[in-house]
Amino acid sequence: MHLGKTLALVGESGCGKTMTALSIMRILPTPPALHPEGEVLYRGQNLLALSEKEMRRIRGGRIAMIFQDPVSALNPVYTIGSQLVEVAELHLGLYGDEAVNRAVKALKEVGIASPESRLYDYPHQMSGGMKQRVMIAMALMCEPDILIADEPTTALDVTIQAQVLDLMRELQKRKGMAVLLITHDMGVVAEMADDVIVMYAAQAVERGTVTEIFDHMSHPYTRGLFKSRPDPKKPQGELQAIKGTVPSITHYPHGCRFHPRCPFIMDKCRHGEVPDFTLEPGSKHQAKCWLYDGSLESSEKLCAE
Amino acid sequence: MKEVLLKVRGLKKYFPVLSGLFRRQVGSVKAVDGIDFTIHSGEVLGMVGESGCGKSTAGRAAIRLIEPTAGHVTFLGQDLLTLSKQQMKEMRKKVQIVFQDPYASLNPRKTVRESIGEALLYHGLVSNKQEQTERVAEILHQIGLQPDVMNRYPHQFSGGQQQRICIGRAIALNPRLIVCDEAVSALDVSVQAQILNLLAELKEKLGLSYLFISHDLSIVRHICDRVVVLYLGKVMESASAEELFSNPKHPYTQALLSAVPKSHPHEKKTRIMLKGEIPSALNPPSGCPFRTRCPYAQPICAETPPVKIVTDKKTGGQDHTYHCILD
Repeated sequence: MHLGKTLALVGESGCGKTMTALSIMRILPTPPALHPEGEVLYRGQNLLALSEKEMRRIRGGRIAMIFQDPVSALNPVYTIGSQLVEVAELHLGLYGDEAVNRAVKALKEVGIASPESRLYDYPHQMSGGMKQRVMIAMALMCEPDILIADEPTTALDVTIQAQVLDLMRELQKRKGMAVLLITHDMGVVAEMADDVIVMYAAQAVERGTVTEIFDHMSHPYTRGLFKSRPDPKKPQGELQAIKGTVPSITHYPHGCRFHPRCPFIMDKCRHGEVPDFTLEPGSKHQAKCWLYDGSLESSEKLCAE
Repeated sequence: MKEVLLKVRGLKKYFPVLSGLFRRQVGSVKAVDGIDFTIHSGEVLGMVGESGCGKSTAGRAAIRLIEPTAGHVTFLGQDLLTLSKQQMKEMRKKVQIVFQDPYASLNPRKTVRESIGEALLYHGLVSNKQEQTERVAEILHQIGLQPDVMNRYPHQFSGGQQQRICIGRAIALNPRLIVCDEAVSALDVSVQAQILNLLAELKEKLGLSYLFISHDLSIVRHICDRVVVLYLGKVMESASAEELFSNPKHPYTQALLSAVPKSHPHEKKTRIMLKGEIPSALNPPSGCPFRTRCPYAQPICAETPPVKIVTDKKTGGQDHTYHCILD
């Protein structure tokens, strides 16, 4: 992820999008979760190797997160103001009037009218769109480098979604932060993303820039996702649904995890790990699919389509 | 002209707001405030709008799942609202409903056979267990499930399969009309497409009509023949799907369509940004309910807006109407 850019993580429910974000933030309770393996490098520092005390300085301060459901993310028994002031106290070391002023400024930035009086409102007195704005204000108060937005507009109506997406884009431009956008909606991806990672059954199956994904989608799952949406240009006719269902997380299929639902299935798909194949030399567009290994069988399959 | 299946005129549903020691009524939430719509046989009518605009209430009041406050509803020429309980029971066979959350609408302690077959026995469509099993197997086949899943419980199925079972339960009594209340909204994209295909297939095979309530405009455009746009319990615009999406007349419809995310990153889209949020249905604005957010609002909008009729360019039909002072 780069400053000022948006990376979108796309996939269906249960594919591990949210778990990815929660592991980066290290807010999964262990146990039941195991300590995440691998590396999360933030400015050269491995977040997974930090102590809990060091992590606390980064979590919420340098890397902030907003969640899908603003109702359950805000504490119902405290006012908006006291929740915002708490952030200012903990992360910015501001107290008293200074903290309150900072909270007012944060609300103003996200376009909430008369922020001074809104500070005394409880979450239930606000509408869904307003609450999501408060969440964004809270996340952005410490001017984070990275904002993780987990389905930020899924619970909102289209007209409010347009407002919130617009706000996020504008704030990103002004503050130059990196955004990790988790969504299942290709429309939101088209609106917001610079780079895209498509996830299926806990693995990244395709990655590339937003243009590469939309114009040259390669993995059969990505293609299926696009085809199963109604096409605005030819609205009638049958949708090309992906057959079958998402495999259960306790019993992933052997080989390529998509092979039981894949229309291009070959023998080699059934066994062993599938490597990531780079599609264009020199580009970062990759797909985890045997179709792109350059063999004769794969080329025939691709041409036949 | 096709047969008129359901005709709704001036439908209203107010919910009382009670307060104080003696639960006095201090006001009412005007969830549905005088709406008209018609469904012809074999037609899919879409009902769109944002949350809280009264889509679901309208759908439920129209088939008398909740008692409407006022209005007229005729179903196959019969006045639904004057029917007795006994007559209503007969009527229920012809109108069914599918809800948003399939898991919540299936009884977790009933097997698929019991869920789908219960109504068959109750309404006397089958006379014994043997016939019930046969009919349920037939329905399962129609909804794309194997007959051997009959003795399983809802939690053993995925969300998409559960929604198939709910649809199976709805078609069991050979209805004429199915109300789909956000029937695919809770499902994943790839499963959504499967269910939409199933609904389209069943419509052709069984001659069904749908009242399709949804907030997802691209799905409405895909499946519906006609669309009604609601805002704060009132109809803003009504037209054939093709006409509505290509030639929206009401400023709210225009704003709603422009708010849909673009389908390609390089697509250029001019967006009409609406300010603020939907006003409370407890105290809706007078006249046109949209005037508080409308970019073209004028003082005259505080009075009831006139109904205007647009001639469909392609068919020459007169069924595109909208409520606005603008031309």
